[in-house]
Amino acid sequence: MSAHAGAANEGARSAAAPLVAADRTDAAPTSLIGRLRHRLEHDLPYDQLLPETQPSYVASWIYVFGVLTLAALAMIIASGVVLAFEGPSWYHTSGVGHWFNSLHFWSVQLFFMFMLVHLVGKFSMAAWRGHRARTWITGMIAFLVSIIAGLTGYVVQTNFDSQWISFEAKDGLNAAGVGAWFNVANLGQALLVHVFLLPAIILVIVAIHVVLVRLRGVVPPIDAARVEQARDAEEGR
Amino acid sequence: MMAASRELHGVQHQLETTPWRGPKRHYDILREGLIALLVVGVVVVGLASFLGSPDDPALTFKAWATDMPQDFYDTTVSELAGTSESATYGPPYNTGGTGQNLGPVNLQTAMGVRIPVDPATDFVITPLQSQAQPGDVSAALSRWAAATADQRTAWTTAYDNALNDPAAGGDPTKVASGDYGPVPTLASGLEAMAASGALDGILAAPGNFYSTDNTKQILFMGDGGYLDAAASATHLQGNQWGMMNETGSYPGQQWLAPFSFWYQLPFFNSEADSGLAATLTANGDIYIMAIVVVFTLVVMLLPFIPGLRELPRVLGLHRLVWRRYYRDGH
Repeated sequence: MSAHAGAANEGARSAAAPLVAADRTDAAPTSLIGRLRHRLEHDLPYDQLLPETQPSYVASWIYVFGVLTLAALAMIIASGVVLAFEGPSWYHTSGVGHWFNSLHFWSVQLFFMFMLVHLVGKFSMAAWRGHRARTWITGMIAFLVSIIAGLTGYVVQTNFDSQWISFEAKDGLNAAGVGAWFNVANLGQALLVHVFLLPAIILVIVAIHVVLVRLRGVVPPIDAARVEQARDAEEGR
Repeated sequence: MMAASRELHGVQHQLETTPWRGPKRHYDILREGLIALLVVGVVVVGLASFLGSPDDPALTFKAWATDMPQDFYDTTVSELAGTSESATYGPPYNTGGTGQNLGPVNLQTAMGVRIPVDPATDFVITPLQSQAQPGDVSAALSRWAAATADQRTAWTTAYDNALNDPAAGGDPTKVASGDYGPVPTLASGLEAMAASGALDGILAAPGNFYSTDNTKQILFMGDGGYLDAAASATHLQGNQWGMMNETGSYPGQQWLAPFSFWYQLPFFNSEADSGLAATLTANGDIYIMAIVVVFTLVVMLLPFIPGLRELPRVLGLHRLVWRRYYRDGH
């Protein structure tokens, strides 16, 4: 680049984005990226995102099922990656392939079991209280998308199961008008949706769900006010 | 009294919407996650190693034509005659039917024919034409090709009726003589082709190198009794809780229990020819889908539904979850 051209570019850059005075860098951000950073720093500081403590009421086995669900999801993805690399028919003819398919199968069973216990637990706590409805709804969406992911997994097995399940499932989907676009008897379509699209959606929803949990914190017990008022009275406050 | 209740409500709201200021305990979420991963990993490896997983081989057209030749033959005739389930299905495959109605709404028809399937051509004629055939089958194909649509319909309808007449009972050797044109030869030709194993693999994309769509195979196989019998034997039918069952002794899609439940109810499994039960059975899939969608929306929107959102308090399970907090205050 010539010195002349370089100078011209410098001028253009200056015109597009004026220099910021050193003493103005701490001012309230006006750019989109600055606002996003400001919002994250304000609403979700690191000590809230990765806390070392939890309220004392977070002391029940029921709280473990959320993280157990995530652990099972990790196992599903790990075993699924191996199966994806070898293709949908590998495990019919290979002992190692069948073992990896078994890992995938049991991870899915545990995933749904943990998620259902987690859901019932959160229902019993009315965990949507205190502006936590979005957390509840994203959890439900994750559950629904997981059901579709499960269905697509069953129809891409290339065995008797997948023949029968795709034959049966098509009727409900067709009746709802969905089957015209999402054809469970189309192995290619179902396979791509199963190994890429749905896992990507699930991971995004789960990430939002977890961030929302951290954002609002774990919901206090129902009628916690009575307990806290009694404590305040005891402590003479 | 009212003022105290309002104050309590206000305190509760403040507790729920502001960072917790009460007692806390150390809680290493990352450590808990790693332990959970280890435990789940060990359990999954154990289950996979000791119990394996279900994998019944896919059924084949060869096995169908060999094990149940008459069923295969009769199904082939019904495809040619346009009386099979696929031929009378409607959208998204064809216009042979209208699909299921939810009251006045028919979403199936609204979406149109997006995945065209012509059973007579796709399941029978094109596969037969895709490879060299014995002389009588070749001649039958030529006669079929030269015939008008009306002539084909006359042949296939006459033969389909004669084959399903109680006197024949589906047995081609007992069919009364008549003008059936090339239909019996085409059906026996396809049966022979299937029995040789040549039909497997040809249905998906005859004449093409790649095939990733199995819609035609699934529909054709589902039209006969072979797939159905195999599903009944393994308790996979809809009214056998089949939606959540699995081959062998393995757990199936247990999470579909709220869906599967409705298929067990008598009015979605009726043998009636008319009346409400007949309508509900004929349109069962869309009615059950609608019920499940409504139920799901109610659960999803529970936080906003007065009365229902108080259900957890009434049920009282939270007393078990937080029993120590309620007892000791921490």
